[in-house]
Amino acid sequence: MELATFLIQLLNGVQYGLLLFLVSSGLTLVFGIMGIINIAHGSFYMIGAYLAWSLTGALGSFWLALPAGIVLSVVIGMLLEWLVIRFLYHRDHLYQVLLTYGLILVFEELRSVLWGDDVRGVNIPRVLSASIPLTDTQSYPVYRLWISAVCLAVAGLMYWVIQKTRLGMMIRAGASNREMVQSLGINIQVVYRVVFAAGLALAAFAGMIAAPVSAVFPGMGSQVLIVCFVVVVIGGMGSVKGALIASLLIGLVDTFGKVVTLEVGGFKVLPELSSMTVYVLMAAILLWRPEGLFGKKL
Amino acid sequence: MSPSRANTLVIVVAVLALSAMPFLAEKFYVQFIAKILIMGILAMSLDLLLGYTGLVSFGHAAFYGAAAYTLAILTPQYQAANFWTSFPIAIGVSALLALVIGFLVVRTHGIYFIMVTLAFAQMLFFLFHDTKIAGGNDGIYIDVRPVAKIGDWQPFNLDNFVHVFYVVLVFFVLVYVLLRVILASPFGRVLVGIKANEARMRSLGFPTFRYKLVAFVIAGAIAGIAGYLSSIQFGAVNPEMMGWHLSAAVMMMVILGGMGTLTGPIIGAAAWMLLELGFQGLPKIGGIDLGKHWQLWMGSFIVLASLLLPNGLLGLGATLLRRLRGNPDA
Repeated sequence: MELATFLIQLLNGVQYGLLLFLVSSGLTLVFGIMGIINIAHGSFYMIGAYLAWSLTGALGSFWLALPAGIVLSVVIGMLLEWLVIRFLYHRDHLYQVLLTYGLILVFEELRSVLWGDDVRGVNIPRVLSASIPLTDTQSYPVYRLWISAVCLAVAGLMYWVIQKTRLGMMIRAGASNREMVQSLGINIQVVYRVVFAAGLALAAFAGMIAAPVSAVFPGMGSQVLIVCFVVVVIGGMGSVKGALIASLLIGLVDTFGKVVTLEVGGFKVLPELSSMTVYVLMAAILLWRPEGLFGKKL
Repeated sequence: MSPSRANTLVIVVAVLALSAMPFLAEKFYVQFIAKILIMGILAMSLDLLLGYTGLVSFGHAAFYGAAAYTLAILTPQYQAANFWTSFPIAIGVSALLALVIGFLVVRTHGIYFIMVTLAFAQMLFFLFHDTKIAGGNDGIYIDVRPVAKIGDWQPFNLDNFVHVFYVVLVFFVLVYVLLRVILASPFGRVLVGIKANEARMRSLGFPTFRYKLVAFVIAGAIAGIAGYLSSIQFGAVNPEMMGWHLSAAVMMMVILGGMGTLTGPIIGAAAWMLLELGFQGLPKIGGIDLGKHWQLWMGSFIVLASLLLPNGLLGLGATLLRRLRGNPDA
């Protein structure tokens, strides 16, 4: 493989991985802090992408659509927590899975009613539409670099909020002992609502910034959800650090799995079976460490 | 009469009533009931894991789809496969797949188990969806149904929907009896013990990993029976047969009926299929096609049911019965 091609795939892999991290960190945070397994998380990614599409059309600019979309998804998150999620805190995982599966059907159908079933596209904003030339024929789009940079910034912001602020202190305390935090006079219900809304907004934001490079289509939510499960299984449920490392790992494995050719005994394995690579990786990790790279020992 | 005797009596009466169906109902309803029975087989097999062993498998459709695809691949174009060879091969493929996946997933617990079973099932889904194997994402037709000849004698003809109905009914009864026997055996008692307290079972000396793996394989093989029957009934397979929407639907059937019983999943399967049919048949009101968006009503129903009916319809029935007898606490 040529150096320029290798560099492009490397950057693509990192960008995909960082985007995955935004989505899966919401999933793992909501589980780690609130003990809720929310399989409707992928739907929020889809909702974000559709919001980016419809708001860009309505407001005339991607840069106005972004903040408006974030505000909307935080509101949706708070409403959803208040309407259904708060009844799940003391319930078995089985019922959490079922209820949030019901939410997936509701969101998919509402999407069909509101926005239709067609594949949509969002234009790359003009400021970032340039490409950096690498060789005579190959170049790398600035927008993809911007995605990676924004994801890194959000990851840094998340670290700062959780580790350095008063809210972060309450969140960490709430994760380890709900009753104790409550008896210290902190309204844990509000903390949970904020965490859930933040998790939802992370997934929706990822969907929004991904919209210009990937198509906006029905079913994009479930696709990303399954990959997020693989991320969380590899990284360890509840671990944000694990989610970051596993996301990058999967981003790279998936991207290179699609461009590398591999033959075993005359039978073409890659890229023919590239959609299986991340699952094989997951199977290998499960054999070695069933609790994931950074998970608590089972 | 003891509850299990009463249960058996109800089942025997129900099966007798069902076997009269082809003489009474139209083709659509006969096929619809056969579909309910197939889903009942699938739901019972999942309940062995969910309700008895405490393994929340979210990828059960994989084994259902694997057997269906095996028949599709074994069927030569424009010719018939042999029922007596393709059936055991298809079930064997499902069981083998359950052994391989089970070996990996049974070592995980709780929430991981849910996610890992789903991920592996989706891996298979994408394998058939993204590659050209057996028609890719469109699936493939089984043009000619398998032939069940022994020498020159043909006991049943799978091109005839009435024969298909009886074949399904026979398998339904066989699976029910098989699961009853398994659950009553010492092996079944160990599974129930694992659900209640796995650590204690292990300290009593039971190799729980092996017990759970065997349960996973049995459930996978029975799911394969359902998948094989389904591909015979509809004469087609597609990747959705291993998709997570089916896995979730089966899970919902088990919960809806009442898990940890064998009658529960059957009632749940029937209730689920009737609901689906009902929602799809909703009329147009004021320019809004309510039936077209049946998934919305189905989704809302799932949300409400998982909040309000934790013990399923059987549990609801039992509570109501107790209330009627004036003993609300019992």
